[in-house]
Amino acid sequence: MTAPLVELRGVVKEFPGARRGDPANRAVDGVDLSVEPGEIFAIIGYSGAGKSTLVRLVNALEPVTSGSVVVDGVEVTTLPEKGLRELRLGIGMVFQQFNLMESRTVWGNLAFPLSVAGRSRAEQQRRISELLHFVGLADKAHARVGELSGGQKQRVGIARALATEPRLLLADEATSALDPDTTRDVLDLLARVNRELGITILLITHEMDVVRRIAHRVAVMEDGRVVEQGPTVDLFADPRHPVTRRFVGTVVDDLPDADTLAALRARHPGRFVRLALRGHEVRQSEVFATLLRHDVAFELVYGGIEEVQGTTFGNLTLALTGDAAAIDRALAEVGALVTWTEVA
Amino acid sequence: MTGLATAFGIDTRLGDLQPEFWQAAGETLLMATTALVLGGLLGLALGLGLYLTRKGGLYAHRPAYVVLNVVVNFFRPIPFVIFVAALQPLARVVVGTGIGTPAATFAIVVAATFGISRIVEQNLVTVSPGVIEAARAMGASRSRITFGVLVPEALGPLVLGYTFAFVAIVDMTAIAGVVAGGGLGSFAQRFGFRQFDDVVMWASILALVAFVMVIQLGGNLLARKVLRR
Repeated sequence: MTAPLVELRGVVKEFPGARRGDPANRAVDGVDLSVEPGEIFAIIGYSGAGKSTLVRLVNALEPVTSGSVVVDGVEVTTLPEKGLRELRLGIGMVFQQFNLMESRTVWGNLAFPLSVAGRSRAEQQRRISELLHFVGLADKAHARVGELSGGQKQRVGIARALATEPRLLLADEATSALDPDTTRDVLDLLARVNRELGITILLITHEMDVVRRIAHRVAVMEDGRVVEQGPTVDLFADPRHPVTRRFVGTVVDDLPDADTLAALRARHPGRFVRLALRGHEVRQSEVFATLLRHDVAFELVYGGIEEVQGTTFGNLTLALTGDAAAIDRALAEVGALVTWTEVA
Repeated sequence: MTGLATAFGIDTRLGDLQPEFWQAAGETLLMATTALVLGGLLGLALGLGLYLTRKGGLYAHRPAYVVLNVVVNFFRPIPFVIFVAALQPLARVVVGTGIGTPAATFAIVVAATFGISRIVEQNLVTVSPGVIEAARAMGASRSRITFGVLVPEALGPLVLGYTFAFVAIVDMTAIAGVVAGGGLGSFAQRFGFRQFDDVVMWASILALVAFVMVIQLGGNLLARKVLRR
């Protein structure tokens, strides 16, 4: 097994209180996580959860209060200023507000990291035109930043982050200032960066849709802590923490709330059960055939099915009517095919 | 000119005073441009010092910031007419004389430095902290961020700020007469105001206004060229 590219152990970050004597504000509170080479790892959380602070600890834009941050085998928390600058040349960063230099053209913005890295003029020229082609902005090389749309600015931001051929890309809410269509384009570009260039991406977001589209693994943060983490599919399929459930609920609305359920019961007689569909192994047709074989009538009263990272999952709520014993026998057989629960 | 004024029945010595007028204009030009260039550079340095050492700055250093801030706050509000006189002993040390155009220029440079430092600081504050963070994330050194990002990003407003400061500098040159510094202000006072010669006075005023307008126009054009946004 390869070593993780980024490994955080017991990371704590505190900011001093607003006034002297105020308690310190603990933005990151004992986080452990590791990002494997080649993956897209997402950190999701509401504003103030500490995710933006956390990502800044990885390239040491902020120093940690305690804990260990290892990037590509190097402990960054003890690096001197010069070592930090070298480290940062190997880590690209993309920002929500793009943070491009308005006083320079697109070309000038891309030249900056290259001259920081000490590349020759000829080399800069070659690399910049390569980058502009990669992000599809070859015709905008000499445009001023102010003339670009939000999506174009973020493409420049991504090109700039890739300029020095980093192994790791940090994306801090890279799509949060963009409209839905542009968001999709930028996410596709990030996925391409990961797939075609093999660059590991650690991205911060508050949108579950971003996670669903491109993240392989995800960590959910609340109040400075990681409350749940795992492969994206697993988190979508079986969210355990309430915050994770809320995030999943923003993308897939497959579970009725109490009011909806009451309304459904008023309209549909019978016994309510919920089928949890997880992955490819569920053969819905067999489930329904089993119900029919036992003379159980059913109605699909609520539910949803989603596709995440090539896996199907979702919840279906059924109202079953017929002979009570027959329903029991049918459900016993169905239990072998799919996980079902009684809806209280 | 005198002929024309006399024809209108106005008594003026402007014609006779032409050599003095041009000399005074030259002195004003010398004092103002020297102050703009030297005071501009020193003010930029001091302004950068204020901005960079403040809390959260690239070179955040509280004691240094407090000292710079107190010094600027102490000297900036001193009325120039007093400042120029009070600075005489220092002028003797630095420019070798306590009177004349050099002494006045020295005082204007010092005063302009303090004034411009605040303008510089205020304009640097408008640079997006995100852009600076991005440069840090790219591994840029602090000096590269300062001169490769910070100053270029603030250049448009800085040019406008310097243009604004120039008017204040011209204002200060008019007080140079206190230490026998000469200049158009002093000329207007000596030969216009005290001699009840309105033509001389207004000729000086118009020359000053024209001077300021040219600089203002140039500053605006330059700022627009720099901004190009």
